[in-house]
Formats: sequence, structure tokens, C-alpha cells
Amino acid sequence: MTNVSPQLDTRFRAAAAEEGLLDVAYDVVESPLGELFVGVSDRGLCVISYEADPDLQVERLARGFGSRVLRSPRPIDPARRQLDEYFAGKRKRFDLDVDLRLARDFGRAVLDELGRVPFGEVTTYGALAAKAGKPKAARAVGTIMNRNPVPIVLPCHRVVGANGSLVGYAGGLERKQTLLRLEGALLA
Amino acid sequence: MEPVRIPPFETFYAEHKDPVFAHLRRLLGSSAEDAFQETFLRALRAYPELRHGRHLRAWVFTIATRVAIDETRRTRPRGELPEVAVEDGLPPHAELGPLTDELPPKERAAVVLRYGFDLPYDEIAAALGSSEAAARQAASSGVRRLRERSQES
Repeated sequence: MTNVSPQLDTRFRAAAAEEGLLDVAYDVVESPLGELFVGVSDRGLCVISYEADPDLQVERLARGFGSRVLRSPRPIDPARRQLDEYFAGKRKRFDLDVDLRLARDFGRAVLDELGRVPFGEVTTYGALAAKAGKPKAARAVGTIMNRNPVPIVLPCHRVVGANGSLVGYAGGLERKQTLLRLEGALLA
Repeated sequence: MEPVRIPPFETFYAEHKDPVFAHLRRLLGSSAEDAFQETFLRALRAYPELRHGRHLRAWVFTIATRVAIDETRRTRPRGELPEVAVEDGLPPHAELGPLTDELPPKERAAVVLRYGFDLPYDEIAAALGSSEAAARQAASSGVRRLRERSQES
């Protein structure tokens, strides 16, 4: 059997995105934290995951955003470039549209507030809960951080416990430390 | 019957791209590359309309066959000698496409591949991902359906 050449495969994947036929385009992006699975919908960045196994992510995206999910590098380029700059210490704010259509109500409000926590600073679960309108919901904020669809860009690594402990991170505490250190928010 | 879930397009594409390309190579030779891209772009456009994930192989082969027919029409002006087409491995019955529009995908693919492209049943079976007997069955019930329809109209 004659197989599809890599060139033809690349050409089709590019054309599919070019014609606007995809619900989500994705690619795997190299970073100092390991491979990141990054996906973009027509509304913007919709997923960054430390779990780079495509099969799992592709199934999840198809359920949430529509079945036309395809690996296609071009639409990911702006996010890839900004992530590179961020990790190289050359960028402090991301200038990317983010698609949070799967987040509702309080979860949405918390993610919106999270986006306002500046580079190099930290806040607490309780403070974020208060800003989103429910001062007693620190624990719920923890869950929302854990399910943050676009970590790094929405900086859940900047959210720590009231006593200053790191508490937790969906990508593992080591990654949280690395990010805070990169931003100069951790001394050691 | 339990509805079969429609897979993410990536999964569908990964599973069918090589067989579809091989199929187009058989039908079109060296111009198969453009037809390949067109086939999967058409599949992508139609994907949201799918109701279930059954017979996806036959579905995409039908699209590919249709693209091959269009390609043949485009590149071969009317009035050209049919012998030329035969030399290129393209039988002159490629006009079957529009006639079979209304058939279920599997039957349509079987009819077009058998009578339009003159493929043997073992190759049709391979293309459809079914047994040779099932391919024969699909072609003959497709033909029966076409006959009934032509008597009605």
C-alpha cells in the first residue's frame, strides 16, 4: 500500500485550518516544563495541558468543542511564540484571546479574576474567592485552579495558601516552583 | 441499534488516510495528491452533519470516488477517446457518480467501484473494510435499488 507522504499530510493539515474547518487545532509545544499540549479554537486559546498524550486530549476536546479536532501547527504559532518568550524571560503578559466557553458562573468569574494577577506577584485562594464575589469559597477556588483550562497563560501558579505554602498544582508542585522562580516570586 | 459515536476527526483521519490514498492512487495515478486533499476537506466540511459513526470507511471512500470522478471530468475534455482513459486505468463509466447519489453510502461505493471503476470484488472489499461476500451483496442490492428507482420514475 502507498502511504501518505509527510509533505502531503502537512499540506492537508494546513489547508484544513486555513479554510476555517476546524473546531480545534492543536499541537505539542516544547517548553522547559516539558511538552505542552496546546489547542486553539476559532475564539482563541482553549487548552494548555501538561498531559501531552494527544489521544486523551483529543477525545476531551471533541466532547467540549466539537468533533473536528485536528493537529495543525500554524494556528498554534502565536501561542507557541509567546510561551517561548515568556520562558526566555522576555514576556510578562500574554496577549492572546482565550476561549473559556466551558467555564460557567463562579468558575468563569474566578478565571477572569485570575487573569488579572500580575507577573511576579502571588495571591491566595481566599483573596481570589473574595474578588470573584464569594469570600468563603477558597476551597472551590482550589478546585477551579486545578481544572484551569489554560495554565501558565491564566496564571494559577500565582495562587498560594494563606500561610504562603504552595498547596498544589495540576502540573505538580515542582512546575509551580519553577514558574514562580522564573518570575522572581520565589527567593529560593 | 446502539448509535456508534463519531470519533474526533484526528482519529478518523489517522485511521483512513493511507487506505484512501492507496485507493486514489489506483484510480488516478499521479494526480492522487490533490484528490487526497480535496477528499478530506470535503469530509471535514460534511463531518458535523454525520449522525453516527457507522460505515465511516465506506463514507469516505464514496467521497474519494466522487472526487476521482470530478477530477477525471475536469482533466479529460468531452469527446476524448475512451481508449485513452482505459490506458490510464480509468474506465469510461465514471459517469455513474451522479446516478448513484441517492444510494446508501456502502451500496453506492460498491456500485461505483464495481461498475464505474471495474475493480474486482476483493479490492472493493478491502476498500470498504468488509468481506468479499458483503461487497458483492452491497453492489447487487445497490443495482436492484437503482433498477427499482428507474422503474418508478
